Amino acid sequence: MTLADLAPGRWGTVHSLRAQGILRQRLLDLGLVPGTPVQLQFVDRGGTLAAYYVRGAVLALRRSTAEQVLVSPQGELL
Amino acid sequence: MNFDCLIALAGNPNTGKSTIFNALTGLKQHTGNWPGKTVLLKEGSFRHQGCTCRVLDLPGTYSLTASSPEEEVARDFILSGQPDAVVVVADATCLERNLHLVLQVVQLTARVVLCVNLMDEARRRRLQLDLPKLEEELGIPVIPTTATTGEGLEALKDAAIRVALGQLRPRPTPVPQTAGEPATLLYRRAEEIASLVVRGQTRPGADLTARLDRLIISPTWGLFLMLALLAGVFWLTIVGAGYPSQLLAGILFQGESALGRLLQTLGVPAWLHDPLVLGMYRGLAWVISVMLPPMAIFFPLFTLLEDFGLLPRIAFNLDRFFQRSGAHGKQALTMAMGFGCNAAGIVAARIIDSPRERLVAILTNNFVPCNGRFPMLILMGTITASAVLPGPAGGLGAAAIVLAAMALGVLATFAASKLLTATVLRGEPSFFILELPPYRRPRVGTVLVRSFLDRTLAVLWRAVVVAAPCGLLTWVLANVSAGGSTLLARLAGWLNPLGRAMGLDGMILLGFILGLPANEIVVPIIFMGYLSAQALLEVQDLGAIQSILTANGWTWLTALNFLLFAIFHWPCATTLLTIKKEVGSLRWTLLSALLPTVFGLALCTLLTTIVKLWAM
Repeated sequence: MTLADLAPGRWGTVHSLRAQGILRQRLLDLGLVPGTPVQLQFVDRGGTLAAYYVRGAVLALRRSTAEQVLVSPQGELL
Repeated sequence: MNFDCLIALAGNPNTGKSTIFNALTGLKQHTGNWPGKTVLLKEGSFRHQGCTCRVLDLPGTYSLTASSPEEEVARDFILSGQPDAVVVVADATCLERNLHLVLQVVQLTARVVLCVNLMDEARRRRLQLDLPKLEEELGIPVIPTTATTGEGLEALKDAAIRVALGQLRPRPTPVPQTAGEPATLLYRRAEEIASLVVRGQTRPGADLTARLDRLIISPTWGLFLMLALLAGVFWLTIVGAGYPSQLLAGILFQGESALGRLLQTLGVPAWLHDPLVLGMYRGLAWVISVMLPPMAIFFPLFTLLEDFGLLPRIAFNLDRFFQRSGAHGKQALTMAMGFGCNAAGIVAARIIDSPRERLVAILTNNFVPCNGRFPMLILMGTITASAVLPGPAGGLGAAAIVLAAMALGVLATFAASKLLTATVLRGEPSFFILELPPYRRPRVGTVLVRSFLDRTLAVLWRAVVVAAPCGLLTWVLANVSAGGSTLLARLAGWLNPLGRAMGLDGMILLGFILGLPANEIVVPIIFMGYLSAQALLEVQDLGAIQSILTANGWTWLTALNFLLFAIFHWPCATTLLTIKKEVGSLRWTLLSALLPTVFGLALCTLLTTIVKLWAM
């Protein structure tokens, strides 16, 4: 599954990135490296943009970008 | 001026880096365009223990991998060897994320000081930081600060200067090199250090920011709240500007008779007195009395909201519309900037890396009305509303009309962006990542001073510089006759057929044309034209304005068309020059003028035709 498949409030752990080039570099720089826990916090109407909690910051990604980040689900709702 | 050392400030965005910069340098700062760079850097200086230090504020970045122009600038500057020391500003509440940049900087230079800022925030969240341990792990000096209160600033200056002068030589601990991508390794090390240094963990979603965001960027309430907030700002601006405007006008027009007497005493002849006083001075007096009060209210309010952290939330709420228009998400930010000044919004479009999407943002910026056009919108809104609603309700009605006008500008921005991305600027959208930083209590004092100095005075000065010669020119056109009528009347006469078709008149169109240097002077020119040969009257109260307009054939339809054309016409001269400079092409600059003008022409003509058909 990818970040775009997370349900609101749910956590996932970054597994790997599909993105290449500058986008890959950018996502890594922002802390989305393998092993990072990520929580989906807010989704806009229509689900085209979502805000994730990543290492103490909140980052909003468009759906097409969120689909580039593969995650494995974490069960518990924190 | 001679400097003993040069210190560069680096850091992630939203760490209070600029607050540190302001606190270090005070008002001794300016913005410089460094050669060959598109990114503006702020520069300042301070003196500490007999040592004069130059400080350069590098762009806020998450990394130095040069994947954006800002990162490239920061990286190149650190690598150039010019800075004698680099101070990295980090957010104490989010240390792990910030350490990633720190670890990158120490790979480029050893002369680094780490400033752990926002210590008050960390204490409020009951985070305990073992800073001696952090110093030991990193091998560089670590100084805790709270920039807003000045805590730790002396120690920071001290450490930075000692490192810069070589009295203190940091020995950064190298990051263990194992297999894997560099970013992954650095974050591993950052996690490791943070786990040794930070005690106490904030739970995501429990703080004030998360609770506010649940409302402000909620799918149900977000847009509505944003509109309500904007309406409140406009209402405050309209209601608050009324009285000071009248007061200023009273004072300035009294100044006119004093000026007249002074010129008389000096023996200035009448042929020179009239253009100077009735043309130049009156034009100036009008612009200042009409413009200054709304700007002095709107700019600080806007800057307060900006400082609070609202702009990224606006971008969040509007992104789905920008996505649908094929535009970049950051265009929401450049558009918001355009409400202040379109030229500023166009310069701000540099934050968009993709050239195609940046061009879309530049070409459509003028679709939102800038501050210089507010007085026009407010005047038209007030005239229309007060005709229907008496008393205080009129103020609310006017705010509603101005808000509707702004909303129309935003909708037109989407439409124009869609038009461009579907035709001449087709292409794949680039990626867009938006950080939603924590809300912070606005620094009211700083905001008031900075918004007045950087925005209000700058914009007013520009208008004043332009208003004086334009007032003079208009007076000359209104007083030099050829073939029985004044030049102004003849020009207006030529434009009249087109003006009528748009539900305006020739004089209004002429006002917009002569007002090319600055939108602020459009209304004064039109009034001078209406009151031709007698120069600008003392038009202080709404009643006088309304009777002049009615006498010149205005109806509610004229006011409405005026409002539309005020939003949709060519950009002012400053904006056009800025566009030319930013895109470097005359063709795109012309298109940026043509696009809104065609929009305005079509909209006014359509509305007028419909109303005329309806009345038949």
